[in-house]
Amino acid sequence: MPVQYEGVIPEHRAVRADSGVFDVSHMGELEVEGPKAHEFLQSVLSNDLDRIDPGEAQYTLLTNERGGTVDDLIAYRLEPGRYLLIVNASNREADFAWLKEREIPGSDVRDLSDDYALLAVQGPRSLERLGLGDAPAFTFAEGEVDGVECMVNRTGYTGERGVELMVPSDDGPALWDAVAARGVKPAGLGARDTLRLEVCYPLHGNDIGPDLNPISAGLAWVCALEKDFTGVAELRRVKEEGPERRLAAFVMEEAGIPRQGMPIAGGGEVTSGTHSPMLEKGIGMGYVPTAQAEPGTDLTIDLRGRLRRARVVKKPIYKPEED
Amino acid sequence: MAPAESYPEDLRYHAEHDWARVEGEEAVLGVTWYAQDALGELVHYEPPASGATIAKDGIYGEVESVKAVSDLVSPLSGEVLEINQKVADAPETVNEDPYGEGWLVRIRMTDQSEAESLLGAGAYKALLAEQ
Repeated sequence: MPVQYEGVIPEHRAVRADSGVFDVSHMGELEVEGPKAHEFLQSVLSNDLDRIDPGEAQYTLLTNERGGTVDDLIAYRLEPGRYLLIVNASNREADFAWLKEREIPGSDVRDLSDDYALLAVQGPRSLERLGLGDAPAFTFAEGEVDGVECMVNRTGYTGERGVELMVPSDDGPALWDAVAARGVKPAGLGARDTLRLEVCYPLHGNDIGPDLNPISAGLAWVCALEKDFTGVAELRRVKEEGPERRLAAFVMEEAGIPRQGMPIAGGGEVTSGTHSPMLEKGIGMGYVPTAQAEPGTDLTIDLRGRLRRARVVKKPIYKPEED
Repeated sequence: MAPAESYPEDLRYHAEHDWARVEGEEAVLGVTWYAQDALGELVHYEPPASGATIAKDGIYGEVESVKAVSDLVSPLSGEVLEINQKVADAPETVNEDPYGEGWLVRIRMTDQSEAESLLGAGAYKALLAEQ
Protein backbone atom coordinates (compact mmCIF):
# COMPACT_ATOMS: atom_id res chain seq x y z
CA MET A 1 0.00 0.00 0.00
CA PRO A 2 1.44 3.39 -0.92
CA VAL A 3 1.57 6.24 1.60
CA GLN A 4 -0.95 8.11 -0.53
CA TYR A 5 -2.77 8.18 -3.84
CA GLU A 6 -4.21 11.66 -4.33
CA GLY A 7 -3.05 13.02 -0.97
CA VAL A 8 -3.42 12.18 2.72
CA ILE A 9 -5.90 14.93 3.46
CA PRO A 10 -8.40 14.35 0.60
CA GLU A 11 -8.25 10.59 1.25
CA HIS A 12 -8.86 11.13 4.97
CA ARG A 13 -11.81 13.42 4.29
CA ALA A 14 -13.28 10.95 1.79
CA VAL A 15 -13.36 8.23 4.47
CA ARG A 16 -15.02 10.55 7.00
CA ALA A 17 -17.57 11.87 4.51
CA ASP A 18 -18.23 8.92 2.20
CA SER A 19 -15.87 5.96 1.77
CA GLY A 20 -12.32 4.88 1.08
CA VAL A 21 -10.54 1.60 0.36
CA PHE A 22 -7.20 0.54 1.82
CA ASP A 23 -5.23 -2.44 0.54
CA VAL A 24 -4.14 -4.02 3.81
CA SER A 25 -3.07 -7.32 2.26
CA HIS A 26 0.28 -6.95 4.03
CA MET A 27 -1.45 -7.82 7.32
CA GLY A 28 -0.91 -11.32 8.68
CA GLU A 29 -3.52 -14.08 8.80
CA LEU A 30 -2.86 -16.91 11.23
CA GLU A 31 -5.23 -19.84 11.61
CA VAL A 32 -5.48 -21.79 14.83
CA GLU A 33 -7.40 -25.04 14.64
CA GLY A 34 -8.06 -28.16 16.67
CA PRO A 35 -9.99 -29.53 19.64
CA LYS A 36 -7.71 -27.56 21.97
CA ALA A 37 -7.53 -24.38 19.83
CA HIS A 38 -9.95 -22.47 22.09
CA GLU A 39 -8.18 -23.52 25.28
CA PHE A 40 -4.80 -22.64 23.80
CA LEU A 41 -5.85 -19.19 22.63
CA GLN A 42 -7.53 -18.47 25.96
CA SER A 43 -4.11 -19.00 27.58
CA VAL A 44 -2.22 -16.57 25.31
CA LEU A 45 -4.75 -13.85 24.44
CA SER A 46 -5.93 -11.20 26.91
CA ASN A 47 -9.60 -10.96 25.97
CA ASP A 48 -12.13 -13.69 26.77
CA LEU A 49 -13.03 -15.81 23.75
CA ASP A 50 -15.95 -17.31 25.67
CA ARG A 51 -17.69 -14.00 24.93
CA ILE A 52 -17.89 -14.69 21.19
CA ASP A 53 -19.64 -17.32 19.08
CA PRO A 54 -18.84 -18.53 15.57
CA GLY A 55 -19.51 -15.59 13.22
CA GLU A 56 -18.21 -13.07 15.74
CA ALA A 57 -14.86 -11.37 16.19
CA GLN A 58 -13.02 -9.75 19.06
CA TYR A 59 -10.23 -7.19 19.53
CA THR A 60 -7.58 -8.74 21.75
CA LEU A 61 -3.91 -8.70 22.72
CA LEU A 62 -1.11 -11.22 22.60
CA THR A 63 0.69 -10.53 25.89
CA ASN A 64 4.12 -11.44 27.27
CA GLU A 65 5.10 -12.57 30.77
CA ARG A 66 5.88 -8.97 31.78
CA GLY A 67 2.35 -7.94 30.90
CA GLY A 68 3.55 -6.18 27.75
CA THR A 69 1.92 -6.40 24.34
CA VAL A 70 3.47 -8.69 21.74
CA ASP A 71 0.77 -7.58 19.31
CA ASP A 72 -2.80 -6.40 19.07
CA LEU A 73 -5.09 -8.30 16.75
CA ILE A 74 -8.60 -9.34 15.88
CA ALA A 75 -9.64 -12.93 16.55
CA TYR A 76 -12.41 -14.28 14.29
CA ARG A 77 -14.22 -17.35 15.55
CA LEU A 78 -14.80 -19.37 12.36
CA GLU A 79 -16.00 -22.52 14.10
CA PRO A 80 -16.07 -23.57 17.75
CA GLY A 81 -12.55 -24.97 17.36
CA ARG A 82 -11.18 -22.83 14.53
CA TYR A 83 -9.99 -19.24 14.73
CA LEU A 84 -8.50 -16.74 12.33
CA LEU A 85 -6.18 -14.12 13.81
CA ILE A 86 -5.55 -10.99 11.74
CA VAL A 87 -2.31 -9.48 13.02
CA ASN A 88 -0.05 -6.52 12.29
CA ALA A 89 2.17 -7.00 9.22
CA SER A 90 5.35 -6.10 11.08
CA ASN A 91 4.63 -8.66 13.81
CA ARG A 92 3.42 -11.52 11.64
CA GLU A 93 6.58 -13.62 11.94
CA ALA A 94 7.11 -12.86 15.62
CA ASP A 95 3.46 -13.70 16.42
CA PHE A 96 3.64 -16.95 14.50
CA ALA A 97 6.86 -17.95 16.26
CA TRP A 98 5.37 -16.92 19.64
CA LEU A 99 2.28 -19.07 19.10
CA LYS A 100 4.20 -22.03 17.65
CA GLU A 101 6.47 -22.07 20.69
CA ARG A 102 3.51 -22.24 23.09
CA GLU A 103 1.20 -24.42 21.04
CA ILE A 104 -0.34 -27.34 22.95
CA PRO A 105 -1.25 -30.81 21.62
CA GLY A 106 -4.64 -30.54 19.93
CA SER A 107 -4.04 -27.07 18.52
CA ASP A 108 -2.29 -26.23 15.27
CA VAL A 109 -1.16 -22.78 14.20
CA ARG A 110 -0.65 -22.03 10.51
CA ASP A 111 0.50 -18.87 8.76
CA LEU A 112 -1.85 -18.24 5.83
CA SER A 113 -0.74 -14.66 5.23
CA ASP A 114 0.46 -15.25 1.68
CA ASP A 115 -2.81 -16.91 0.70
CA TYR A 116 -5.09 -13.94 1.32
CA ALA A 117 -5.65 -10.38 0.22
CA LEU A 118 -7.45 -7.97 2.54
CA LEU A 119 -9.19 -4.73 1.61
CA ALA A 120 -10.55 -2.36 4.24
CA VAL A 121 -13.52 -0.38 2.92
CA GLN A 122 -14.38 2.30 5.43
CA GLY A 123 -16.68 5.29 5.74
CA PRO A 124 -20.32 6.17 6.44
CA ARG A 125 -21.34 5.21 2.89
CA SER A 126 -19.06 2.16 2.53
CA LEU A 127 -21.73 -0.53 2.88
CA GLU A 128 -24.15 1.30 0.62
CA ARG A 129 -21.42 1.73 -2.00
CA LEU A 130 -20.64 -1.98 -1.89
CA GLY A 131 -24.28 -3.00 -1.95
CA LEU A 132 -23.89 -4.84 1.33
CA GLY A 133 -26.48 -4.91 4.08
CA ASP A 134 -25.53 -3.68 7.53
CA ALA A 135 -24.52 -6.07 10.27
CA PRO A 136 -23.43 -5.54 13.87
CA ALA A 137 -19.80 -4.47 14.37
CA PHE A 138 -17.41 -7.35 15.05
CA THR A 139 -19.40 -9.93 13.10
CA PHE A 140 -18.51 -11.56 9.79
CA ALA A 141 -20.16 -13.60 7.06
CA GLU A 142 -19.64 -14.86 3.55
CA GLY A 143 -20.61 -12.31 0.93
CA GLU A 144 -19.78 -11.02 -2.51
CA VAL A 145 -19.07 -7.79 -4.32
CA ASP A 146 -19.90 -7.85 -8.04
CA GLY A 147 -19.34 -11.58 -8.27
CA VAL A 148 -16.15 -11.68 -6.19
CA GLU A 149 -16.84 -13.91 -3.21
CA CYS A 150 -15.26 -12.75 0.03
CA MET A 151 -15.36 -12.95 3.79
CA VAL A 152 -17.06 -9.74 4.92
CA ASN A 153 -15.84 -8.60 8.33
CA ARG A 154 -17.55 -5.68 10.06
CA THR A 155 -14.26 -4.39 11.42
CA GLY A 156 -11.84 -1.56 10.69
CA TYR A 157 -9.25 0.91 11.92
CA THR A 158 -10.86 4.27 11.18
CA GLY A 159 -13.71 4.62 13.68
CA GLU A 160 -16.17 4.71 10.80
CA ARG A 161 -18.74 2.13 9.78
CA GLY A 162 -17.08 -0.26 7.36
CA VAL A 163 -15.88 -3.69 6.43
CA GLU A 164 -12.68 -5.59 5.82
CA LEU A 165 -12.99 -7.95 2.85
CA MET A 166 -10.82 -11.05 2.76
CA VAL A 167 -10.29 -13.02 -0.45
CA PRO A 168 -7.79 -15.53 -1.82
CA SER A 169 -4.74 -13.54 -3.04
CA ASP A 170 -5.54 -14.21 -6.69
CA ASP A 171 -8.91 -12.45 -6.33
CA GLY A 172 -7.40 -9.34 -4.73
CA PRO A 173 -6.96 -7.27 -7.92
CA ALA A 174 -10.50 -8.08 -9.14
CA LEU A 175 -11.96 -7.11 -5.78
CA TRP A 176 -9.97 -3.86 -5.70
CA ASP A 177 -11.24 -2.97 -9.17
CA ALA A 178 -14.83 -3.81 -8.23
CA VAL A 179 -14.67 -1.68 -5.09
CA ALA A 180 -13.04 1.26 -6.88
CA ALA A 181 -15.60 1.01 -9.70
CA ARG A 182 -18.31 1.54 -7.09
CA GLY A 183 -16.90 4.98 -6.35
CA VAL A 184 -14.89 4.14 -3.25
CA LYS A 185 -11.76 6.31 -3.11
CA PRO A 186 -8.35 4.58 -2.91
CA ALA A 187 -6.59 5.58 0.31
CA GLY A 188 -3.07 4.96 1.56
CA LEU A 189 -1.06 4.37 4.71
CA GLY A 190 -0.89 8.08 5.48
CA ALA A 191 -4.65 8.45 5.80
CA ARG A 192 -4.88 5.14 7.65
CA ASP A 193 -2.63 6.63 10.33
CA THR A 194 -4.39 10.01 10.62
CA LEU A 195 -7.81 8.29 10.75
CA ARG A 196 -6.86 5.85 13.48
CA LEU A 197 -5.18 8.54 15.55
CA GLU A 198 -8.21 10.84 15.45
CA VAL A 199 -10.23 8.03 17.05
CA CYS A 200 -7.35 7.04 19.39
CA TYR A 201 -6.85 3.50 18.16
CA PRO A 202 -3.38 2.47 19.34
CA LEU A 203 -0.65 1.55 16.87
CA HIS A 204 1.59 -1.32 17.93
CA GLY A 205 5.19 -0.14 17.99
CA ASN A 206 4.11 3.41 18.84
CA ASP A 207 1.44 3.43 21.54
CA ILE A 208 1.63 -0.16 22.72
CA GLY A 209 4.47 -2.65 22.70
CA PRO A 210 6.35 -5.41 24.52
CA ASP A 211 7.51 -3.04 27.27
CA LEU A 212 4.25 -1.14 27.70
CA ASN A 213 1.34 -2.57 29.63
CA PRO A 214 -2.16 -2.37 28.19
CA ILE A 215 -3.70 -1.09 31.43
CA SER A 216 -1.64 2.11 31.06
CA ALA A 217 -2.68 2.24 27.41
CA GLY A 218 -6.38 2.30 28.34
CA LEU A 219 -6.93 -1.25 27.11
CA ALA A 220 -8.11 -2.79 30.38
CA TRP A 221 -11.42 -3.42 28.59
CA VAL A 222 -9.76 -6.12 26.48
CA CYS A 223 -7.94 -7.71 29.42
CA ALA A 224 -10.10 -10.39 31.05
CA LEU A 225 -8.20 -10.38 34.34
CA GLU A 226 -10.49 -13.05 35.85
CA LYS A 227 -9.09 -15.68 33.46
CA ASP A 228 -5.54 -17.04 33.22
CA PHE A 229 -3.35 -15.87 30.35
CA THR A 230 0.29 -14.93 29.82
CA GLY A 231 1.26 -11.98 32.01
CA VAL A 232 -2.06 -11.80 33.88
CA ALA A 233 -0.41 -11.61 37.31
CA GLU A 234 1.50 -8.47 36.35
CA LEU A 235 -1.59 -6.92 34.78
CA ARG A 236 -3.67 -7.63 37.90
CA ARG A 237 -0.98 -5.93 39.97
CA VAL A 238 -0.93 -2.83 37.71
CA LYS A 239 -4.72 -2.69 37.73
CA GLU A 240 -4.89 -2.98 41.51
CA GLU A 241 -2.14 -0.48 42.26
CA GLY A 242 -3.16 1.83 39.42
CA PRO A 243 -0.77 2.57 36.57
CA GLU A 244 1.96 5.16 37.14
CA ARG A 245 1.56 6.47 33.61
CA ARG A 246 -1.34 6.61 31.21
CA LEU A 247 -1.71 7.03 27.50
CA ALA A 248 -3.36 10.43 27.15
CA ALA A 249 -4.86 11.94 24.01
CA PHE A 250 -4.20 15.61 23.39
CA VAL A 251 -4.89 18.46 20.99
CA MET A 252 -2.38 21.24 20.34
CA GLU A 253 -3.46 24.64 21.65
CA GLU A 254 -0.64 26.33 19.76
CA ALA A 255 0.78 25.90 16.26
CA GLY A 256 2.87 22.89 15.38
CA ILE A 257 2.58 19.19 14.84
CA PRO A 258 3.60 16.74 17.54
CA ARG A 259 5.56 13.68 16.43
CA GLN A 260 6.56 10.37 17.97
CA GLY A 261 9.40 10.72 20.49
CA MET A 262 8.89 14.38 21.40
CA PRO A 263 9.21 15.02 25.16
CA ILE A 264 6.23 16.17 27.21
CA ALA A 265 7.17 18.34 30.22
CA GLY A 266 6.83 16.41 33.46
CA GLY A 267 8.32 13.15 32.21
CA GLY A 268 6.02 12.17 29.36
CA GLU A 269 6.62 11.38 25.72
CA VAL A 270 4.59 11.55 22.52
CA THR A 271 4.01 8.08 21.06
CA SER A 272 1.91 9.15 18.05
CA GLY A 273 1.36 12.57 16.59
CA THR A 274 0.03 14.10 13.42
CA HIS A 275 -2.05 16.85 11.91
CA SER A 276 -5.78 16.17 12.25
CA PRO A 277 -7.56 16.89 8.96
CA MET A 278 -10.91 17.13 10.79
CA LEU A 279 -9.78 19.46 13.61
CA GLU A 280 -7.10 21.16 11.47
CA LYS A 281 -4.79 21.10 14.47
CA GLY A 282 -1.91 19.02 15.75
CA ILE A 283 -3.10 15.98 17.73
CA GLY A 284 -1.45 13.06 19.42
CA MET A 285 -1.20 10.51 22.16
CA GLY A 286 1.54 10.03 24.69
CA TYR A 287 2.36 8.50 28.03
CA VAL A 288 2.23 10.97 30.91
CA PRO A 289 2.23 10.56 34.71
CA THR A 290 -1.30 9.55 35.76
CA ALA A 291 -1.92 12.95 37.41
CA GLN A 292 -1.41 14.65 34.02
CA ALA A 293 -3.69 12.29 32.10
CA GLU A 294 -7.03 13.87 33.17
CA PRO A 295 -8.94 15.59 30.34
CA GLY A 296 -8.48 19.35 30.59
CA THR A 297 -4.89 19.14 31.82
CA ASP A 298 -2.46 21.46 30.05
CA LEU A 299 0.67 19.82 28.65
CA THR A 300 3.82 21.41 27.31
CA ILE A 301 5.39 19.58 24.39
CA ASP A 302 8.90 20.14 23.08
CA LEU A 303 8.51 20.49 19.31
CA ARG A 304 12.14 20.40 18.22
CA GLY A 305 13.18 22.98 20.79
CA ARG A 306 9.97 25.03 20.77
CA LEU A 307 7.75 24.60 23.83
CA ARG A 308 4.12 24.49 22.74
CA ARG A 309 0.92 24.06 24.72
CA ALA A 310 -1.48 21.14 24.29
CA ARG A 311 -4.56 20.05 26.23
CA VAL A 312 -5.51 16.55 27.28
CA VAL A 313 -8.90 15.54 25.84
CA LYS A 314 -11.28 12.68 26.39
CA LYS A 315 -10.82 9.88 23.84
CA PRO A 316 -11.64 9.77 21.01
CA ILE A 317 -10.12 13.05 19.81
CA TYR A 318 -12.62 13.08 16.95
CA LYS A 319 -15.97 11.33 17.23
CA PRO A 320 -17.36 10.09 13.90
CA GLU A 321 -20.90 11.26 13.20
CA GLU A 322 -23.64 8.82 14.04
CA ASP A 323 -25.66 7.43 11.16
CA MET B 1 -4.85 21.25 -6.61
CA ALA B 2 -1.17 21.80 -7.20
CA PRO B 3 -0.18 23.45 -10.49
CA ALA B 4 1.93 21.69 -13.14
CA GLU B 5 5.64 21.26 -12.51
CA SER B 6 7.64 24.39 -13.36
CA TYR B 7 10.91 26.19 -12.55
CA PRO B 8 10.71 29.84 -13.63
CA GLU B 9 13.72 31.23 -15.46
CA ASP B 10 13.80 34.46 -13.42
CA LEU B 11 14.52 32.69 -10.11
CA ARG B 12 17.78 31.48 -8.57
CA TYR B 13 17.79 28.02 -7.00
CA HIS B 14 19.48 26.29 -4.08
CA ALA B 15 20.17 22.56 -4.28
CA GLU B 16 18.02 21.99 -1.15
CA HIS B 17 14.98 22.92 -3.26
CA ASP B 18 14.63 26.53 -2.25
CA TRP B 19 14.34 29.51 -4.59
CA ALA B 20 15.17 33.21 -4.40
CA ARG B 21 13.76 36.08 -6.41
CA VAL B 22 16.25 38.96 -6.23
CA GLU B 23 14.62 42.41 -6.29
CA GLY B 24 17.33 45.07 -5.93
CA GLU B 25 18.74 44.85 -2.38
CA GLU B 26 15.92 42.58 -1.30
CA ALA B 27 15.01 39.00 -2.09
CA VAL B 28 11.92 36.86 -1.71
CA LEU B 29 12.45 33.20 -0.73
CA GLY B 30 10.34 30.09 -1.11
CA VAL B 31 10.43 26.36 -1.85
CA THR B 32 10.34 24.82 -5.30
CA TRP B 33 7.59 22.87 -7.00
CA TYR B 34 9.65 19.73 -6.44
CA ALA B 35 9.84 20.37 -2.67
CA GLN B 36 6.12 20.94 -2.21
CA ASP B 37 5.31 17.91 -4.35
CA ALA B 38 7.66 15.67 -2.34
CA LEU B 39 6.17 16.85 0.96
CA GLY B 40 2.51 16.79 -0.04
CA GLU B 41 -0.08 19.24 1.26
CA LEU B 42 1.53 21.55 3.78
CA VAL B 43 -0.23 21.90 7.11
CA HIS B 44 2.25 24.00 9.09
CA TYR B 45 4.75 26.80 8.43
CA GLU B 46 7.15 27.66 11.21
CA PRO B 47 8.55 31.03 10.08
CA PRO B 48 11.58 32.91 11.41
CA ALA B 49 10.97 36.01 13.53
CA SER B 50 10.68 39.27 11.65
CA GLY B 51 14.03 41.02 12.02
CA ALA B 52 15.94 37.76 12.42
CA THR B 53 19.24 37.32 10.65
CA ILE B 54 19.47 34.32 8.37
CA ALA B 55 22.57 32.89 6.74
CA LYS B 56 23.08 31.32 3.33
CA ASP B 57 22.83 27.51 3.62
CA GLY B 58 21.46 27.91 7.16
CA ILE B 59 18.05 26.79 8.41
CA TYR B 60 15.57 29.63 8.75
CA GLY B 61 12.30 27.80 9.41
CA GLU B 62 10.29 24.66 8.77
CA VAL B 63 7.41 23.52 6.67
CA GLU B 64 5.41 20.43 7.55
CA SER B 65 3.02 18.13 5.79
CA VAL B 66 1.04 15.34 7.43
CA LYS B 67 3.86 12.99 6.46
CA ALA B 68 7.01 14.92 7.23
CA VAL B 69 8.76 18.03 8.44
CA SER B 70 11.31 19.79 6.26
CA ASP B 71 13.88 22.41 7.17
CA LEU B 72 13.90 25.58 5.12
CA VAL B 73 17.43 26.21 3.86
CA SER B 74 18.18 29.78 2.99
CA PRO B 75 19.70 30.38 -0.43
CA LEU B 76 20.94 33.82 0.67
CA SER B 77 22.06 35.71 3.78
CA GLY B 78 20.10 38.64 5.09
CA GLU B 79 17.69 40.16 7.55
CA VAL B 80 14.04 39.06 7.57
CA LEU B 81 11.85 42.01 6.62
CA GLU B 82 8.54 40.23 6.28
CA ILE B 83 7.05 36.78 6.60
CA ASN B 84 4.12 35.67 4.48
CA GLN B 85 1.22 35.64 6.90
CA LYS B 86 -1.03 34.10 4.29
CA VAL B 87 1.13 30.97 4.29
CA ALA B 88 1.30 30.94 8.09
CA ASP B 89 -2.52 30.96 8.14
CA ALA B 90 -3.02 28.64 5.15
CA PRO B 91 0.15 26.62 4.50
CA GLU B 92 -1.43 24.85 1.51
CA THR B 93 -0.96 28.14 -0.36
CA VAL B 94 2.60 26.88 -1.02
CA ASN B 95 1.22 23.84 -2.85
CA GLU B 96 -1.20 25.93 -4.84
CA ASP B 97 1.27 28.59 -5.95
CA PRO B 98 4.86 27.85 -4.86
CA TYR B 99 6.44 30.80 -6.73
CA GLY B 100 3.71 33.39 -6.23
CA GLU B 101 1.26 33.56 -3.30
CA GLY B 102 3.23 30.79 -1.59
CA TRP B 103 6.42 32.83 -0.98
CA LEU B 104 7.79 32.43 2.56
CA VAL B 105 9.95 35.41 3.57
CA ARG B 106 11.26 38.68 2.22
CA ILE B 107 14.81 39.56 3.25
CA ARG B 108 17.29 42.43 2.87
CA MET B 109 20.41 40.79 1.48
CA THR B 110 23.71 41.32 3.28
CA ASP B 111 25.85 40.04 0.40
CA GLN B 112 24.38 40.49 -3.04
CA SER B 113 27.19 38.53 -4.68
CA GLU B 114 25.83 35.34 -3.07
CA ALA B 115 23.07 35.21 -5.65
CA GLU B 116 25.65 34.48 -8.34
CA SER B 117 26.60 31.20 -6.65
CA LEU B 118 23.04 29.89 -6.90
CA LEU B 119 21.75 27.68 -9.69
CA GLY B 120 19.85 28.88 -12.70
CA ALA B 121 16.62 27.11 -13.68
CA GLY B 122 18.42 24.91 -16.21
CA ALA B 123 21.09 23.77 -13.73
CA TYR B 124 18.46 23.10 -11.05
CA LYS B 125 16.39 21.01 -13.45
CA ALA B 126 19.52 19.07 -14.40
CA LEU B 127 20.09 18.41 -10.68
CA LEU B 128 16.52 17.12 -10.30
CA ALA B 129 16.99 14.86 -13.30
CA GLU B 130 19.89 13.16 -11.52
CA GLN B 131 17.78 12.32 -8.45
